[in-house]
Amino acid sequence: MTDRVARLRKISTETTPTISMERAKYFTEAYKKWEGSVSVPEMRALALRHYMEHRTLYIEPGELIVGEKGDRPQAAPTFPELCCHTVEDLKIMNDREIIFFKNTEEQRKWHEEEVIPYWENRSIRHRILEAMSDEWRDAYAAGIFTEFMEQRGPGHTVCSDKIYNKGFSDYKRDIAEAISKLDYRHDPEAYRRREELSAMSIACDAIITLGRRYGELALSLAESETDEDRKADLLRIAENCSVVPEFAPQTFHQALQMYWFVHLCVTSELNPWDAYSPGRLDQHVYPFYRRDVEAGILDRDGALELLECLWVKFNNQPAPPKVGVTLKESGTYTDFANINTGGITPDGEDGVNPVSYLILDCMDEMKLLQPSSNVQISRKTPNKFLLRACEIASKGWGQPAFYNTEAIIQELLGAGKSLADARRGGTSGCVETGAFGNEAYILTGYFNIPKILELTLYNGYDHYTGKKIGLSLGEPEDFDSYEKLYSAFCRQMEHFIDIKITGSAKIERIYADYMPVPFLSIITNDCIATGKDYNAGGARYNTSYIQGVGIGTITDSLSSIKHHVYENGDFTLRELTDAMEANFVGYEDMYHTIRTATPFYGNDDDRADDIMKEVFDFYQRTVTGCPNVRGGEYRVNMLPTTCHVYFGEVMTSSPNGRLAGKPVSEGISPDKGADTHGPTAVIRSCAKMDHLRTGGTLLNQKFTPAVLAGENGKKNLAALIRSYFAMDGHHIQFNVIDRQTLLDAQAHPEEYRDLIVRVAGYSDHFRNLSRALQDEIIERTEQSFE
Amino acid sequence: MKKTAEIFNIQRFSVHDGDGIRTTVFFSGCPLRCLWCHNPEGMMFARRLLYHSEKCVGCGRCVSACPAGANSMAPDGRAVTDRARCTSCGKCVPMCLAEARAVAGTARTVDEIVRICVSDRMFYEESGGGVTLSGGEVMAQDTDFLLSLLRALDGEGISVNIDTCGHVPYEKLYAVMPYVDTFLYDIKSADDEKHTRFTGVGNALILENLRRLSGDGAKIYIRVPVIAPGDEDTGFDGANFTDGDIESLTRVLGGIKYSRVCLLPYHNTGEYKCVSLGMKPRRFSAPTKDDLERIKNTLARAGVTPVVTGG
Repeated sequence: MTDRVARLRKISTETTPTISMERAKYFTEAYKKWEGSVSVPEMRALALRHYMEHRTLYIEPGELIVGEKGDRPQAAPTFPELCCHTVEDLKIMNDREIIFFKNTEEQRKWHEEEVIPYWENRSIRHRILEAMSDEWRDAYAAGIFTEFMEQRGPGHTVCSDKIYNKGFSDYKRDIAEAISKLDYRHDPEAYRRREELSAMSIACDAIITLGRRYGELALSLAESETDEDRKADLLRIAENCSVVPEFAPQTFHQALQMYWFVHLCVTSELNPWDAYSPGRLDQHVYPFYRRDVEAGILDRDGALELLECLWVKFNNQPAPPKVGVTLKESGTYTDFANINTGGITPDGEDGVNPVSYLILDCMDEMKLLQPSSNVQISRKTPNKFLLRACEIASKGWGQPAFYNTEAIIQELLGAGKSLADARRGGTSGCVETGAFGNEAYILTGYFNIPKILELTLYNGYDHYTGKKIGLSLGEPEDFDSYEKLYSAFCRQMEHFIDIKITGSAKIERIYADYMPVPFLSIITNDCIATGKDYNAGGARYNTSYIQGVGIGTITDSLSSIKHHVYENGDFTLRELTDAMEANFVGYEDMYHTIRTATPFYGNDDDRADDIMKEVFDFYQRTVTGCPNVRGGEYRVNMLPTTCHVYFGEVMTSSPNGRLAGKPVSEGISPDKGADTHGPTAVIRSCAKMDHLRTGGTLLNQKFTPAVLAGENGKKNLAALIRSYFAMDGHHIQFNVIDRQTLLDAQAHPEEYRDLIVRVAGYSDHFRNLSRALQDEIIERTEQSFE
Repeated sequence: MKKTAEIFNIQRFSVHDGDGIRTTVFFSGCPLRCLWCHNPEGMMFARRLLYHSEKCVGCGRCVSACPAGANSMAPDGRAVTDRARCTSCGKCVPMCLAEARAVAGTARTVDEIVRICVSDRMFYEESGGGVTLSGGEVMAQDTDFLLSLLRALDGEGISVNIDTCGHVPYEKLYAVMPYVDTFLYDIKSADDEKHTRFTGVGNALILENLRRLSGDGAKIYIRVPVIAPGDEDTGFDGANFTDGDIESLTRVLGGIKYSRVCLLPYHNTGEYKCVSLGMKPRRFSAPTKDDLERIKNTLARAGVTPVVTGG
């Protein structure tokens, strides 16, 4: 790592996160000025342009890629039109011990006087919560599901190679051409399309303005710079900004800067989930790398330094500050920009190139939370690349995660994408599959599968809210067979999925009508061609995901009931529900029987794994294919982020012996302590789920360092990954830390400030995790050689 | 042929018993009595109860569960098991709230063993692994049972390693050879007198079998446990890697064709197992890194290569 990068990295990791009010200021000004006099999309674009014309710029000494989302590194803008924080929210953000965002009394006062009066009753969040039915509210309050769109915009979208071939002046021409082709006589939507296209054109001006202003700033800094080397850097930055984003990039350096300007505009326009991601970065920028190297203007070390400067930029942007349930869903600064390296090319060839190895080196040297870096492993991926990735993974900070290229492609093909689009696809956020550049694949919320069983066992009554919120399908005595109970569970699940999707239909409509994203639409195919916004179905593919959580807990719970109540007669269902209500206090014998004599998921035991398949199939079939508002369909994925902790908090104890309030199982991993037959058995169990019918699954495996030590350790890890992928597994990631280290880190957080662990689809500083999540990670079965 | 064999463990994702990712099948019963044995629960051919008394929570359920009346509560509130009465029937195992009890040994048929081993075929193929038959002493088992198992695994296309002490009639080794990919062949000591003292038997048969296996073209990994001195009353008056020991080993390996020599440093898992089996624990110590380096270097100078630490 060069001194320059080391310094920038230090600033990035040591700067205190703050709130920046600038975006709120300029967006509010713009709304006051234009709302009502122009169309909604045009107003949104004008607001973005207004912000880009006036916002503070920032160039840190030494940096080579420029641009910050806020007024300085680690400064998070707010999005009051979406979610208007109260003064109390700001205080909580300021005072929170972890995931804080410092803000001043002066900022809070300004927010109270200028932002709140204008936005509090008209933010999207307000509209959404007003529009929801009572049963939706009850289910939401009970933690049956969460809602992604109440504080952040629809997202999980990823950049294609589009921005490297054209500049935004080219897009302005494309847009003008699309406007000129509008056929008002035959197309009743033509006027609407015109409004949207005109908004896109304004949004092109927004990013062009940002680039020009950075170019001017770099030039003026260069003029007063006394250090000759730095002067040359600044002149290079100025030159880059005179090319991108207005014109297509010509060099590797300009390509990276182009991406970064685009990233800033996408994430300033709205705060979409998972920020934005360059996706298949190695493939997109390799042509520039090759050309520059051949021309003698770039070498390997220079390219690595530029990549590392880009990495710093990602890490400088904390996720937008949230409150309440949404914070619990995702208690982290990480914004999930997830870069895919490797995989295959659009022609189906091995996609690993020299930049792929550079990205691995960059990942290894930087060890930063952001961006999330993963590798796509295909049958064609060379072992050299896989082993290098395993070497980094074995260092134990959770990156890279491993994704199965063939599975991703089959998932995309199964969801109706073309082969060409599927091969350009990958995963974003945690593990979500998408057709990069062509798809709006929106996560709508997590779904608490184990809680459905809890409600079924208590005849619809919810202990957490003290309300009857589910269907009344019978008392425990009424279920005289496992099949009866299981079918009641299925009916209950269908009921809540129905509530969830009904609510989401309204929410998607609200976004389509009131919160278009013309900038993101420019770079998402085929929004220009159709003249439709990304949030209104303009993308080529439009998917809505509901993320199932707790498959391990629900499987073990049903297995426990089937095995002990209906097969062995160890106790009755009523005795079990009584024990659950008592949190098994006074029922130690029953607890012991359940914990030691139940077939549990994660042991390659079909008695349990068949139940998992059945539950997954029902959930998957119930959700998949439901139409969404944007002309696409619902699909499922199986990932928790940190929501399995929250979902556990809203539940009593479970029939599998999970105690009240404790986390449910995460991803598709077995429940805590359930798997006792080692990693191959876990992988076999997990692979029995049909991953190809999902939009992504998440499997976490924790190893002690010893397991992965040496050349053989890495080879075995690689074999484990290849085997899982041959079984169609979607994703696997590794934590390589021993239990003792984690316990010590919990007791002495100050001594482990650097400790990063893989949480779910991302890594985080251990010290920034809640105690409950820390405990959960410590308790996850530690796979080892013993 | 016997229908079942006593198996005390089948460990999946085993990566220390040969190449790649393997499943190791541990057979009960061994003709040797190595002082440092790390799997003492596998020494006997019969099942045996393991009881980790330090985990006992004093629930007393084992007392009423025992048909032989072997369990009682001690004044300290913990259960004690009278080994003279205990038949290792295992009835107390599921009753124990502290999960402090287990029985080492389950009768398994060939089909059962094969079914478990086949589960991880994908991992073997990706890693160049397979199944390792170990123990106890796998070669001390019923030959027909063993051949039946080996033929079944061979039929599934699974590569098999045999981990053996070699103290068996050569005919047995010769009989399994066609189905075995690699023999993991233990040399506890190249010195006959020491071997007798450490393991209860001399090494003449073992070394003779090694020479014959080598002559018959078997693929062999030599495995040498490296033990440093321990408690005085172990009767183990020194490490098994003195200069003399290494010299003898070099001599013994002189005419042998082997693919590698694996040094297996002592670890103390056997010690707490002994306690739980009601056996006298023996404590030794692990060799230092320097010890291992010295052994490797000495062997290398004498032309014994490659030497690796572990598996």
